Amino acid sequence: MKAIRPGYVRPIDFTSGRVDLTHGSGGRSMAQLIEELFLANFDNAYLRQQNDQAVFEVPKGRLVMATDAHVVSPLFFPGGDIGCLSVHGTINDVATAGARPLYLAASFVLEEGFPLADLRRIVRSMAKASMEAGVPIVTGDTKVVEQGKGDGVFITTTGVGVVPEGVSPSGDRARPGDRILCSGTIGDHGVAIMAQRESLGFTTALESDTAALHTLVELMVRAVPDVHVLRDPTRGGVAATLNEIARQSKVGMLIREDDLAVKPEVKAACEFLGLDPLNVANEGKLLAICAPGDAQALLTAMKEHPLGRQASIIGTVHEDPNHFVQMETTFGGKRIVDWLAGEQLPRIC
Amino acid sequence: MKYIDEFRDGQAARAIAATIAREVDPSRRYHLMEFCGGHTHAISRYGIADLLPKNIRLVHGPGCPVCVLPIGRVDDAIALALNHRVILATYADCLRVPASKGLSLMKAKARGADVRMVYSSADAVKLAVDNPGKQVVFFAIGFETTTPPTAVAILEAQRLGLTNFSVFCNHVLTPAAIAHILESPEVREHGTVPLDAFIGPAHVSVIIGSQPYEHFASEYGKPVVIAGFEPLDVMQAVLMLVRQLNEGRAEVENEFTRAVTPEGNLKAQALVARVFELRKAFEWRGLRSVPYSALRIKDGFRDFDAEVRFQVETKSVADNKACECGAILRGLKRPQDCKLFATVCTPENPMGSCMVSSEGACAAHYTYGRFRDAQVEAAP
Amino acid sequence: MCLAIPVQVVALHPGDQATVDMGGVRKDISLALVEGVEVGDYVILHVGYALQKLDRDEAQKTLDAIAASGALAS
Repeated sequence: MKAIRPGYVRPIDFTSGRVDLTHGSGGRSMAQLIEELFLANFDNAYLRQQNDQAVFEVPKGRLVMATDAHVVSPLFFPGGDIGCLSVHGTINDVATAGARPLYLAASFVLEEGFPLADLRRIVRSMAKASMEAGVPIVTGDTKVVEQGKGDGVFITTTGVGVVPEGVSPSGDRARPGDRILCSGTIGDHGVAIMAQRESLGFTTALESDTAALHTLVELMVRAVPDVHVLRDPTRGGVAATLNEIARQSKVGMLIREDDLAVKPEVKAACEFLGLDPLNVANEGKLLAICAPGDAQALLTAMKEHPLGRQASIIGTVHEDPNHFVQMETTFGGKRIVDWLAGEQLPRIC
Repeated sequence: MKYIDEFRDGQAARAIAATIAREVDPSRRYHLMEFCGGHTHAISRYGIADLLPKNIRLVHGPGCPVCVLPIGRVDDAIALALNHRVILATYADCLRVPASKGLSLMKAKARGADVRMVYSSADAVKLAVDNPGKQVVFFAIGFETTTPPTAVAILEAQRLGLTNFSVFCNHVLTPAAIAHILESPEVREHGTVPLDAFIGPAHVSVIIGSQPYEHFASEYGKPVVIAGFEPLDVMQAVLMLVRQLNEGRAEVENEFTRAVTPEGNLKAQALVARVFELRKAFEWRGLRSVPYSALRIKDGFRDFDAEVRFQVETKSVADNKACECGAILRGLKRPQDCKLFATVCTPENPMGSCMVSSEGACAAHYTYGRFRDAQVEAAP
Repeated sequence: MCLAIPVQVVALHPGDQATVDMGGVRKDISLALVEGVEVGDYVILHVGYALQKLDRDEAQKTLDAIAASGALAS
C-alpha cells in the first residue's frame, strides 16, 4: 500500500459507490481507499508505517515463502468468500511446510464498476481471518482494470513463515510402508461453490470448509516432527494431491474408500452431477504421510484439534514403478484414483 | 441415499460373487457385453472385475452418446458457434470432445464462441427467452433417455412462440446399434468375436421398456438382462445371465423392475413420436453408418431444426488410422490392445471416441483399471 | 450412458414442476414426462426431468432377490 496524503476528508461511499479507475491510479482516491478501507481493517504497526514494504525481524529457523492467486466464482459462498479464502489458502501453503506462518502480503486486482460495499465485505472478511489466525497482512498493493477485463476482484496473497529445526515435510518423502492420513471430510468446499452456480440450480445447507490449518499443523509436528509429507488437497481434490505426491516420491499408494469421510450432502451432490468427491476441492483439509510407527501418534494429535476431529488413516504407501494411486472400493474391488482429465464438469452421461 | 446405498453394499456383492463363482461352468467362457456406458462406468468405478471369476469377460459396448458422436457433427456445432455466432447451449459432456483442426467446443469458446453449459434442455429454452436478440442452438445428444427432454424443450419453445431457439439433433437409438453389432460379420459369420449375452441398458429401458429387446433373444439367441446402473444390479445381472447361458435359455429378463416396465414410459414415447422421426442412416463414431439408428426433427417442427435454419451439411471425418475404437466398440478388441492406448491417446488428449468421455471403454479402463495391465505384465 | 438417480419429491409446483431431495440436496425439476406423481414418491431424475416413478415394491423385490442370490453361497 502506497504512502498516504494526510488531511483528505470526503469519505468514500461504501454503500452505493463503485470501484473506478482512479482507485488504482496512484492519486488521492487510491490513497483514500487504502486508508479508509485497507488500513482501517487490516490495521497493524507495519501498515501504519505506510511504506511500500514491510520490514520485520525473522525468528530462528528456515524461512518459508508461498504465494497463491485467488479467483473464485461466486465471490461469496456459504461458509466464506474470496477474502477469507485468500488468507486461509496462503497460510495453509506456508503451514504445510511444517512452518509457523508469520506475515502475509496481499495484492488486489479490482475491476472497474465493482461495488465498494462488496469490496469492503471482502476486506473485512480478510481482516477477520488474518486476526483469528494471528497472521497479520503487513504490506499490499491495489490495481484497477477496466470493466470487462477482470471478474470483480482477484486477490493474490503471499506468506512467509519459519520451520522449526528437525521438521522437513516434502512431497518427495513418502516411503513404502508409510501411512496416509486425512484430517476430515472431503469435497465440502467444491460442492458448496458448485451449489451456488446458477446453471446447476441445486440447494444445500453445506458450507465451504475454508479454514487456516497452521495450528493443526503445529500440533502435528510437535507430536511427530518427522512427518514425511503434509499437503492441503485443494484444486483437484484428494485424488490430485495423492497423485502429485506419488509422482514426486516415485511410489504407489493404496487407500480404502471405507476410511474416507464424506458428508451426505457432498455424496448426494456428486451423484446429481456425476462427480467423484475425491476430485472435489477442499480448503480446510490436510493430507499427511508418516512412518508407520508414527501414525497413531499423529492421528491422536490431529484429533485433539477441532479441524482434525474426524481425522483417519486412509491408506498406505507401497512400491510401484507406475506410481498408481489405487483404492479398495467399499464394494470390495480395486480401482485407480486418477487425476481429473481437464476441468471438472458435471456429467449427464 | 435411499435406493442407491442399498444397491452398493459390498457384503451383498461378495455373497453374489461367491454364488457366481460356484455356478459358472469352468469348462467354458462367458462373454457378456454391457451396452451402456453407465454399466461400463459402474464396473470400472467399483472394481467389479475383481469380484468375478476369470472366465467371465465383460465386453464394453458403444453405449456412450458422447463417444459415438461423429467428429463431423462436433465440427458442425463449432461452426454454428464460431461462424453463425449463435449461443450454443450444450451438456458439459460435449465440451471436451475433440473435433477437426485441434478444436473442441471448449477451445472454440476460448476463441470467442458463445458456448454455454446447461444442465437441462429447459435451461437452453430459458437462454433463448433471456436473449431475444440472439439465436440459441441446443446441441442435443443422447440415447432414448435424453430424447424426451429435448422433445419437451421443442414443444415448450413452440408454445412460447420463440423464433430464436433451435435444436441441433443428434439423438441416437440403442436397439439399432445392438442389431448392428450382432449383424457385423465378425460376430455373425466368422464367430471370431464370441458375444454370448447382453446386459441391457438401465435408463434407456426406463423409456423404451423391455419389449424392444425380445428380438435379440428370439432372433439372435442372445440372452438379455436389463439391469440398473448400481454395482449390485450389475452383479445380479451377471448371475442371471450365467444361469441363462448354463441352462441354454435366451430370454429377456428384467433386473431393473423398480423403474423398467415391459412397455416403458408411454407418455415420453408419445412426446418423442410427436416431434421426431427416424433418419435413414446416421454415422456413429467407431461404427460408421448405422441404418435407422438416429432421429431427426419432423417437418412440422422445422422452425426449431438448426440443421434447416442454418443449412448444416455434415462432412464425414475419419478417425486416426491407428485408432482401434471401431473394433473395441464391437467387442473385437480391448482398450489395452490398441497401440495408441495410454501412449498418445489419453483422457487429456483423446484420439478416438472411446477415450472421450469417462464412460468410454478406453477412458474407463485408463482412469480406473489400467493397474491390472501392469499386474499382467509383471506376471511371468 | 444416461446418468440418472432416484430422488424423492418433496413439493409439487404448477406447470409440471417439482422440488426433489436427495441426501439434503434439493433441486427443482420437471415432471413433464411422468403422470400421477405425488409428494413422497421417488422418481428417476435425468437432466432435470423425472423419467419414471420408482416402484418401491419392485425395489424391495430386487433387494430380496439379491439377498437370495448371496444366501445360496453360504
